[in-house]
Amino acid sequence: MSAKPFLNIDHVDKIFPLGRGKEYVALRDVKLEIRENEIVSIIGHSGCGKSTLLNMIAGLDTISEGVILLEDREINAPGPERAVVFQNHSLLPWLTVYQNIEMAVRKVRDDLNAKEVKEHVMKYIDLVNLDHAKDKYPGEISGGMKQRVGIARALSIEPKVLLMDEPFGALDSLTRANLQDHLMRIQMQTGNTVIIITHDVDEAVLLSDRVIMMTNGPEATIGEILEVNLPRPRERLTLQHNEEYLRCRGAIVEFLYSKFAKHED
Amino acid sequence: MLLRTINIVALPTLLFGVLIAVWSTVANQIPGFPPPMEVWNELLVVLSDPMYDNGAGDQGIALQLLSSLKRVFGGFALAIAVGIPVGLLIGMSKMAQTAFNPYIQILKPVSPLAWLPLALFVFKDVDMTAIFVIFITSIWPIIINTALGVRSVSEDYLNVAKVLQLTAFEKVFQIILPVAVPFIFTGMRLSLGIAWLVIVAAEMLTGGLGIGFWIWDEYNNLNYSHIIIGIILIGVVGYILDTIMGFIADHFDYRKRGRV
Repeated sequence: MSAKPFLNIDHVDKIFPLGRGKEYVALRDVKLEIRENEIVSIIGHSGCGKSTLLNMIAGLDTISEGVILLEDREINAPGPERAVVFQNHSLLPWLTVYQNIEMAVRKVRDDLNAKEVKEHVMKYIDLVNLDHAKDKYPGEISGGMKQRVGIARALSIEPKVLLMDEPFGALDSLTRANLQDHLMRIQMQTGNTVIIITHDVDEAVLLSDRVIMMTNGPEATIGEILEVNLPRPRERLTLQHNEEYLRCRGAIVEFLYSKFAKHED
Repeated sequence: MLLRTINIVALPTLLFGVLIAVWSTVANQIPGFPPPMEVWNELLVVLSDPMYDNGAGDQGIALQLLSSLKRVFGGFALAIAVGIPVGLLIGMSKMAQTAFNPYIQILKPVSPLAWLPLALFVFKDVDMTAIFVIFITSIWPIIINTALGVRSVSEDYLNVAKVLQLTAFEKVFQIILPVAVPFIFTGMRLSLGIAWLVIVAAEMLTGGLGIGFWIWDEYNNLNYSHIIIGIILIGVVGYILDTIMGFIADHFDYRKRGRV
C-alpha cells in the first residue's frame, strides 16, 4: 500500500442551510482513505447521508467543510475520472444501448478516431455481455440490462473511480445477484476502484474489500470500518457457510440493528 | 370488430342526416339562406376551376386558400424561429423566466384583432400585417411549451451531462432538445391552429386576397352559399394542417417509436 491514499476524504462536513440562520448538519467530520483498486461499500440506514457523501465525491454536491482529494487533486466539480452509476440507470431513452455508451466515449475520449470509438464502445458492451442488445432502446430491455448498460457507460470512459449509488437497489433479488457477479468479474478484469452505496448487508460483504458503516443522521459520520478478508474470486454459494463471511455479516448486522438501530416512527 | 367498423361509418352518417335536416329547416325559415343542395351544387362549381385568375379580387378558391396559407406559414415560421430560442432560454434560466413571465401573461390573452390596426400603421402592407399578427398571437404556445419541455428534463440526465462535462451547447443538443422536442411540437400544433383561426379574421379586415377576404367579399356580393363553402373549406384545411402537424410531431417523439 502506497503512503499516500488514492482517494482521501479528509474531515468532510455537509451542512444544509435551512434559512433564518438555522442549518442541518448531515455529515460531520467524515474521514476515509481509499486505496487504488479497492472495492469499498458504504452502508447505513436511510438518511445517514451516504448518498450525499457519494455525490460529494462525484462533485455533484458541494463540500461544506474539509476536502476530498483524488490523487492529491482537490475535487470541486463533476468530472469523467469519477464516473457515476445512478440507481435508476439514467440512460437517455432516445438513444440505443450502443449510442448511450458512444455518446460518453465520444465526449471523453476525443483522441479516438471513428473506428477506435466503435471498438471501444463494443469492448464495454461486450464486457457486460450485451452484444445482442446493442441496438435496442432502454425502453426495450429489462431493468437489470439497463443497469448493466449504465455500468458499461460508466466504465467506458475509463474512470479512476467508479461511484455506484445503490446500483442494484431497484432490482429483484435474482437480477441483483446476477449483476453483483457481473460487477465482481468486471472489477477483476479492469481493476477499477469502486465505491458502492448500499443498504444490503449481503451485498456489502460479498462485493467489498472494506465495509464503511455510517452512524445515523443528523451529524452522521463513519462508525466502524470492517475489513472483509475473503479471497477473490468470491462464490456466493461457497460463502454461505464461510466463517469470515458470517463474521463480517454478523458485525454489520450488529452495527446496524443494535449499536445504531433506527426506529422508524 | 365488425360492429366497430360499422359504427365508425354509421354514426357520423346518422349525425350528418340530422345536420342536413336542421340546415334545411333553417333554410326554409330564413329567406335567402341557401339549402344544402344549392351549396353542394355551388361547391362543385367552385371546385371545378379552383385555379382561375381573373386579376386581383377574382381568383379561384385554391389560389385564395394558398394565399392565406402563405401568410400563415410566414407568421408561423417566424413564431417558431423566435419562440423556440426564447422558450429554451426561459426553461433553462430562472432569471429569464422571471423577466419574461409577466409580459407573456399579459400579451398572451390579447386578441389578434387588437394588434391589427397597430401593425397596419407600422407596416402599411397587408401581407406584412397579416404575418405579424399571426406571429404575435401564435408565438405564445411555442414559448410556453418549449419552456415546459426544458423544465421536464430529469435531474438524472443533467447529472449525466455534468459527469461527462458537456458544454452548454452539447447539453442543449444532446440532452435538453431530445426531451423537449415533443413538447415543442405540441406547442407548434396549437400555434398552427391559432394561426389558421387568426388569418380568416385578419384577411376580412385587410382585404386583398385570401380565404378570409373571399368570405367577406361573398357576403357583400350576397352570395351566401359561398360563405358556407368557405366555412367548410376552412374547416377541412385546418383539419388537414393539424393532422400533418400531428404526424410530424409523432415522428420526432422518441416515445412514440415503439418504446417507452
